[in-house]
Amino acid sequence: MTRRVLMKGNEAIAEAAIAAGCDAYFGYPITPQAELLEWMARRMPELGRAFVQAESELGAINMALGAAATGARVLVSSSSPGISLMGEGMSYMAGSELPVVVVNVMRGGPGLGSIQPSQSDYFQATKGHGHGDYRVPVLAPSAIAEAIDLVPTAFEIAERYRTPVMILADGIMGQAMEPVEPRFRTLPPPAPDWALTGARGRPPRVVHSLHLQPEDLEAHNRDLQAKFRAIEAAETRWAEEGVADAEVAIVAYGTAARVARTAMARAREAGMKVGLFRPISLWPFPSAALRDLALRLRAILVVELSAGQMVEDVRLAVEGRAPVLFHGRTGGMVPTPDEVVAALRRGFVVTDPSFDAETDPLGLICAAGGRR
Amino acid sequence: MTATTKPPVATAAPRLIYERPELLAEESTHYCPGCGHGVVHRLVAEVLGELGLGPRTIAVVGVGCAVFAYDYLRVDFCEAPHGRAPAVATGIRRVRPDAFVLTYQGDGDMAAIGTAEIVHAAARGELITAVFVNNGVYGMTGGQMAPTTLLGQRTTSTPGGREAALHGCPLPITEMLALLPGVAYAARGSVVDPVAIGRTKAYLKKACEVQLAGAGFAIVEVISTCPVGWGMTPRESIDWLRDAVAEVYPPGVLVDRTKTVPVVPAPATPASEG
Repeated sequence: MTRRVLMKGNEAIAEAAIAAGCDAYFGYPITPQAELLEWMARRMPELGRAFVQAESELGAINMALGAAATGARVLVSSSSPGISLMGEGMSYMAGSELPVVVVNVMRGGPGLGSIQPSQSDYFQATKGHGHGDYRVPVLAPSAIAEAIDLVPTAFEIAERYRTPVMILADGIMGQAMEPVEPRFRTLPPPAPDWALTGARGRPPRVVHSLHLQPEDLEAHNRDLQAKFRAIEAAETRWAEEGVADAEVAIVAYGTAARVARTAMARAREAGMKVGLFRPISLWPFPSAALRDLALRLRAILVVELSAGQMVEDVRLAVEGRAPVLFHGRTGGMVPTPDEVVAALRRGFVVTDPSFDAETDPLGLICAAGGRR
Repeated sequence: MTATTKPPVATAAPRLIYERPELLAEESTHYCPGCGHGVVHRLVAEVLGELGLGPRTIAVVGVGCAVFAYDYLRVDFCEAPHGRAPAVATGIRRVRPDAFVLTYQGDGDMAAIGTAEIVHAAARGELITAVFVNNGVYGMTGGQMAPTTLLGQRTTSTPGGREAALHGCPLPITEMLALLPGVAYAARGSVVDPVAIGRTKAYLKKACEVQLAGAGFAIVEVISTCPVGWGMTPRESIDWLRDAVAEVYPPGVLVDRTKTVPVVPAPATPASEG
């Protein structure tokens, strides 16, 4: 057995990227992901690879665009406000079909918000960042060991489909230390046939997202959408725990799933049959699996470090097959397991005629119907 | 028949004095009549060709009229988001030390939305050759004020003329960049007449050699015409370029730090590699 070592999430993600064969890293300091940049600042030059502390997150993502256009394996990282700035480059890279892995170690928002952990960028990660009709695969690790596994997977998806891929973590995932087996996966070097390498012995190549002719842009968008459907078919990931006999399931990802797991154990000790459904790919969202599960449930409880974002995808997935309750904390506050158990109890009475969806017994953002 | 009926020049072997550079595509450009971009494109094609750099070049084009440079110059091209060409070029530079990296930006792209990217690429002394075409307006979007617009100049967003108190003064971005130690070479050329065009070509060649020698960041600004954006005929735009624009942005070498850093001229690469 490999000796286990204590690693911070930010450092583990950085080292996993290095082991995977990351050629270049571009970043800008921001809490709570600064350790990732610092790790790369030390390690990448040691290995003769590229590291640039950019003038801004705009600079960083566009350096990534340039490096990726030459076929390099590129990582960038930031936290929420910086990801907003990177949205421009994400759109251009999606349009230009360039692979890159972007790590978002989420902090509280909106605005400058806080430096505390949060999951309030779910909408941004799964539906947005930049302008235009595009999607970006989003992988959400729930443990540092899982982050180590998902980093090379993210590079594989990015290169297979020529797309940006996001690793969505939060301040706890980034800052916490956990014992991990330092087994990092190494990928073969990318060998793209489209990269800009200088037009030696071949016609010039152009990496671009501009298609001024409407027919051209529509054809390009059709191709992109076909690619997104292929990603949905092949790259949907989730995990289920204790759902076989569950009457109520918690749906949670990342740090919230860890709290949910503890809450699930306490609820089961109290005689409640509770399971956990944990999306790992937030886009593509595991809608079909969740819909199948919902048919067997009395209720679903969504737990997030946000005012309720993923809950919308859950409701879209289950389409009324089960009532969907929500419990979330914001601003860097993290739900306690006992809070979640209290919310779970509501899941067992939600079908009772006396249940008042608008009453929030915890005084928190957890009204069942408030966001319907 | 006597020898005097044949002028001596006719007996000389035919000599080719003008042809399409190999790196300039056989395409009609989309540029308006009187626009200077076509001239600058040709100069870039000539210089890259003469230095044998075509097969090594990865060019980055900004957003604006010249975004379609990739249709006219036969080298690898990456399109950058508006203003970000120097950052994109930095990314290319850092993973492709063997490449020749060239950026081509207009004045709105470089001197307004892209100031952070150009200043920091220059400050880092990135081995990039920056071609900066300054025609004083946003041409592609219909002739709005650019940071480089002259005081008093009417544009579609300064219909009463640019006023210092309202719109600020023209931004001499190349002079600002020339202050930075990372900038090995900064010069300003013009497309106003054949002499100026010849000098501009020499500046461009030097700016390429600076990169090949690893001396630092090099930039050549070219003051150019935009008759449509300026509301002038091409003829009038040449007069305006000579009389008004060159007064605010005088051509010449702004800084040459290679005088203390020896520049090794690039060895000519055989044309067969193209």
